[in-house]
Amino acid sequence: MTAIELRNVSRWYGNVVAVNDITVTIGPGVTGLLGPNGAGKSTLMHMIAGFLAPSRGELTVGGAPSWRNPGIYRTLGLVPERDSVYAFLTGAEFVTASARLHKLPDPGAAARRAIEMVEMTGAQDRKISTYSKGMRQRIRVAGSLVHDPEVLLLDEPFNGMDPRQRLHMMDLLHGLGEQGRTILFSSHILEEVERVSGTIQVMVAGRLAASGDFRAIRRLMTTRPHVFLVRTSDDRRLGATLIGRPAVTGVEVTDHGLSVRANDYGAFSREIAALTRDQGIRLRELLPEDESLESVFAYLIDTDGPRVR
Amino acid sequence: MPGPSARRYPALPGESSETMFGDQARVIASITFRATMGRKRALLFAIPPLILVLVTVLLKLSHPHDASWPSEVVGIFGFTVVLPLTALIIGTSVLGAEVDEGSIVHLLATPVPRSVVIWSKYVVAVVLTAAFVAVPELLAGLIATGGLTKLTVGLFVGALAGSVMYNAVFVMISVLTTRAIAYGLAYVVVWEGLVGNFVGGARLLSVGQYSLGVANAFAHESKALNATQSLGTSAVMGVIVTVVAIVIAVRALSAFSLKGDAI
Repeated sequence: MTAIELRNVSRWYGNVVAVNDITVTIGPGVTGLLGPNGAGKSTLMHMIAGFLAPSRGELTVGGAPSWRNPGIYRTLGLVPERDSVYAFLTGAEFVTASARLHKLPDPGAAARRAIEMVEMTGAQDRKISTYSKGMRQRIRVAGSLVHDPEVLLLDEPFNGMDPRQRLHMMDLLHGLGEQGRTILFSSHILEEVERVSGTIQVMVAGRLAASGDFRAIRRLMTTRPHVFLVRTSDDRRLGATLIGRPAVTGVEVTDHGLSVRANDYGAFSREIAALTRDQGIRLRELLPEDESLESVFAYLIDTDGPRVR
Repeated sequence: MPGPSARRYPALPGESSETMFGDQARVIASITFRATMGRKRALLFAIPPLILVLVTVLLKLSHPHDASWPSEVVGIFGFTVVLPLTALIIGTSVLGAEVDEGSIVHLLATPVPRSVVIWSKYVVAVVLTAAFVAVPELLAGLIATGGLTKLTVGLFVGALAGSVMYNAVFVMISVLTTRAIAYGLAYVVVWEGLVGNFVGGARLLSVGQYSLGVANAFAHESKALNATQSLGTSAVMGVIVTVVAIVIAVRALSAFSLKGDAI
């Protein structure tokens, strides 16, 4: 079993803490690293991949440190976020070059196998400069899979892919995970993570906010009160009515309108329309205030409760 | 940081026999060569040698019997302008451009020793600089002096030596900073050009002077090339500068870092 192990890992840049005291073990299977932009996901991925030294703590892949240890790449495959490849090479040349750099005994066969895995055989003899973004992404995955690594790191692998390519990539990651490999991918899109992996690590502001089974964490996310911003022709009158409704748990009058907390998203959305019509109040705006991933993550980290292990 | 007891991966069978000219080096050199020649910058480093040859031809036509200009134009202009500028563009391209583009990660996320990466790229830079400077110097020398004279041989050998030394420095700078061209240009123009002209000591730390010293020794032209260093000093200092620059480049590449998303 080849695991990624982090013990009290921190990374800071001057006074800015990018990754704050993370301890986690990531074993075989597919694990999603989820978090809003700027949460420290890339910093963490770079450290695991050996492209950044931890400021503090211990980080190993398969028991060996990844920083300043090129030998680690016999076990580790990396698909970096930045979409830059040698565009003048054909797909086959790129993957074969990768196989030769890994000193594989039969680089041609290894390259063919990896290209087949990502379903790029038909386009392998075209120059990478002619590829779509999704195709470039797949050929980069082939390049990182060519040596059959036990650990595969992918930084935002679904960026720029169309829905069909996403599905294919998800299937591929699933398959690799089921073969017993340790697959870690980062994403800021909840739905992507939900479809690919059962286990997630949620990062917020450099910290590990939640860790464990996706469904359990998702449940905690959905059972929290939903906050809506409501603007009407008579906010106070509507507020007084709303507070009596079972779906509503709190109402606050603000400068921008009513801030309403509801425990049932669907029921509240239906009720508000009927209520305003019955009361003769004009509904000007109804905005879910905390539907962004950022607020979901903020919820996770603020309450400190939903820490699932 | 990882503890000292952490396991390191053992060498693969046959890995110890990996030389600087093994298959990994060939792959890197081939990609580097195609990348460097494929960029628009390739036009930039073709221009100075072209000007050198063109000026030489024009002068030969207008002053066929004047013996003073070949050493000044092909020698001094060639060694203070064409050689350092061409080496600067090539030396900072072979690795620096890939660092800027981010494609270097594909190369570094493999078990290739960092010394092999630096060495392969450095060799490509030296070969290209020799092709774009030493060969034109030879050609210009042949045209200017009318044959394979001592001056022509001196200029060719000096330019070869300059290609070897300058590229070590410029490859090193390109690993140390993302502003390699600016720092390289500052070295050539400010240090070698300006400071070197006024402060004698600065000439002892000038790759341009070492190149001229080598050229001068082969050309047996004690004054015409304005060389300030002897062949001995040039050779010893040149080797030291080259080796130190390569070692620093390898060490810096071993600690190559990607920026995170929090800054």
